[in-house]
Amino acid sequence: MKVTLAELKRGQRGIIIDVSSDFIPLKLIEMGCLPGNTVELLQVAPFSDPMYININDSHVAIRKETAQHVIIKITNG
Amino acid sequence: MAKQINVALIGNPNTGKTSVFNSLTGLNQKVGNYPGITVEKKEGICKLPRGVKAHILDLPGTYSLNASSFDENVVIELLLNKNDKDFPDVAVVVTDVENLKRNLLLFTQIKDLNIPTILVINMSDRMKRRGISLDIETLEQELKTKIALISTRKNIGIDKLKELINDYKSLSTEGCLDISTIDINYFENLAKVFPNQNLYKLWVVISQDASFGKVSRNQFDISDFEVKSKIEIKALQQKETIKRYQFINNVLKKGLTVDTSKATSLRYKADRILTHKVFGYLIFFAILLAIFQAIYDWATVPMDFIDESFASLSEWVQNTLPSGVFTDLLAEGIIAGIGGIVIFIPQIAFLFLFIAILEETGYMSRVVFLMDRIMRRFGLSGKSIVPLISGTACAIPAIMATRNIESWKERLITILVTPFMTCSARLPVYLIIIALVIPEGRFLGLNYQALTLMLLYLIGFLMAIMSAWALNKILKIKTKSFFVVEMPNYKMPLPKNVALTVVEKTKAFVFEAGKIILAISIILWVLASFGPGEQFNNAEEIIAQEYVGESEDVIEQKLAAHKLEYSYIGVIGKGIEPVIRPLGYDWKIGIGLITSFAAREVFIGTLATIYSVGSADADAETTIKKRMSAEVRSDGTKVFNFATGISLLLFYAFAMQCMSTLAIVKRETNGWKWPVIQFAGMTVIAYLFSLIAYQFLK
Repeated sequence: MKVTLAELKRGQRGIIIDVSSDFIPLKLIEMGCLPGNTVELLQVAPFSDPMYININDSHVAIRKETAQHVIIKITNG
Repeated sequence: MAKQINVALIGNPNTGKTSVFNSLTGLNQKVGNYPGITVEKKEGICKLPRGVKAHILDLPGTYSLNASSFDENVVIELLLNKNDKDFPDVAVVVTDVENLKRNLLLFTQIKDLNIPTILVINMSDRMKRRGISLDIETLEQELKTKIALISTRKNIGIDKLKELINDYKSLSTEGCLDISTIDINYFENLAKVFPNQNLYKLWVVISQDASFGKVSRNQFDISDFEVKSKIEIKALQQKETIKRYQFINNVLKKGLTVDTSKATSLRYKADRILTHKVFGYLIFFAILLAIFQAIYDWATVPMDFIDESFASLSEWVQNTLPSGVFTDLLAEGIIAGIGGIVIFIPQIAFLFLFIAILEETGYMSRVVFLMDRIMRRFGLSGKSIVPLISGTACAIPAIMATRNIESWKERLITILVTPFMTCSARLPVYLIIIALVIPEGRFLGLNYQALTLMLLYLIGFLMAIMSAWALNKILKIKTKSFFVVEMPNYKMPLPKNVALTVVEKTKAFVFEAGKIILAISIILWVLASFGPGEQFNNAEEIIAQEYVGESEDVIEQKLAAHKLEYSYIGVIGKGIEPVIRPLGYDWKIGIGLITSFAAREVFIGTLATIYSVGSADADAETTIKKRMSAEVRSDGTKVFNFATGISLLLFYAFAMQCMSTLAIVKRETNGWKWPVIQFAGMTVIAYLFSLIAYQFLK
């Protein structure tokens, strides 16, 4: 099932399918936000924003508005 | 003597690059600014074996050579400019063994510039616990480099690194990736137009022009070349990143193994609590409270000591040197001015000690994560939390701490509202006025006076938040806001790093604010020591006639008060009296408001002089308090009654009375526009609140 990263639940994992590079900062791409890499949602702040993710072994916090532009496939949970 | 080897330290943030810098240079380091921009420049000297010296430049942390901030741009400008005097003979790329994959991205970019490069793999002490093993020989072969496996924490491998730097001439300058593979036609054309040039270097110049602005000192004129749109360039950058990761993954497959069964992670357990929706906030506020408690408890002793020392030094100078204008200037202008700077060092040092510890442990990123959503509602960023907390010590270092906020709008708003936070210079003013006008007694077990002080801190914070909200609505600045915060692994702070940070920040305060506080102190001294007309110039005779038979001390005090009244500053105070009368102030308080521009706490000293209380007395504070409370108006009512007191408290809470802060805001925003707006806005807010409070309460 294809969803956006913003819809991932805490503890769930997914594989990145597509990244709309117009909306994703290059910095995040360089941290490994690229198709084929795995992503796990570790923790969310209240209102699910920002989101604390493990992407390609990079532990980063991003805002929900950014996460909405990353298409993923959920692999567990 | 051989020439120094120029070394540039490069690396991602959170790789311990600064620890490596500290290990190499020790105390042989200095911090300055790059000309024209507010980016810190750290450099130092390292002694290598066989008497060779290396000049080490600690470049700002960056994730790649695609800059998105001034800090990162500094790295690119240097690495592209062979004529720069700091251009490195050798680049040392620092990586964290736990984040090797991501950290190597930058390494491959540096290599592609054909600069001799050493790879430092730091934090090797954590390998065992994380089940990581490395095949250094294979990695060196694959990456065409030399590797120093080090641990700055355990002080392992630094000597090896020094040797590698010494032998930098034997390093390979071969690149890692053939950049032309990302768009073969494009790079073929580029090679035709610029024969014999490094294609990757050209690509960095081109892509930089699109994403951040011209590389100012580059030697290529690319303006005639086929222009690509921003979107095309970003797509190519993404392609480049994918290619680089393919290369890195291949290398790591051969040289790195991770036994995941051994990897126990403290991170996940700690994060589950520290970033928890409820407990996360509770813990954060508990830590904040503990910090404030500690700052005020611990800083009091050294502050009292400094206060007394400067008072007695000033007195000593007055009594020892031949009396005259110069002695007065020295004792009352310069020494008092320096005292006004030094008195804040304990609080500022303690605050930065705690902030440095929170940052070194990695906890600060969690706070940024927790606070971002809440702060964003008010037009701020999660990263604004550090400046706002620092603002409770002093707005100057706080405003300098806004530099890592990427969005210009969020950063500007943070800069504009930070001075509302209750800084330590307001505290002496608050304490004495509270003691004067707030009755002793308890409400629900809480002391009224303590409660008032707490409320003052609270309204400062609320005003900061509310004006941020308003500014967010008013300011029409379009900035791409992006928020990517790395959550580093938790670490024990290194005492050396913490100590160096504290020293550096405190030094920045002393020299940045110090110059201005000192200059203003001298100007104010001149305005207070000279005056126009008979009343000032014949003050001695007038007072001698008026107080015949009084003791010498009384005459001296009356003379000081009389002189101040008729000095230039007294004239100004009287001049602004009509404006401040609706707030409940007389010209004497007016003088205090003006002198507060040096530093707010000068208010107390000024009133002491006006009310002719010897300020060098040991129990000066109680004397001033008595004198202030005895002061009456022409109609016989007390000057410092409840209404005036509250009005003054509000004025000090909201008004921008600090020249040093304005100077820093000017520097950080590159012009007078924002400090002027800030000054006007805060003064208007302060005036209105004080006016309403006084008129309502009187």
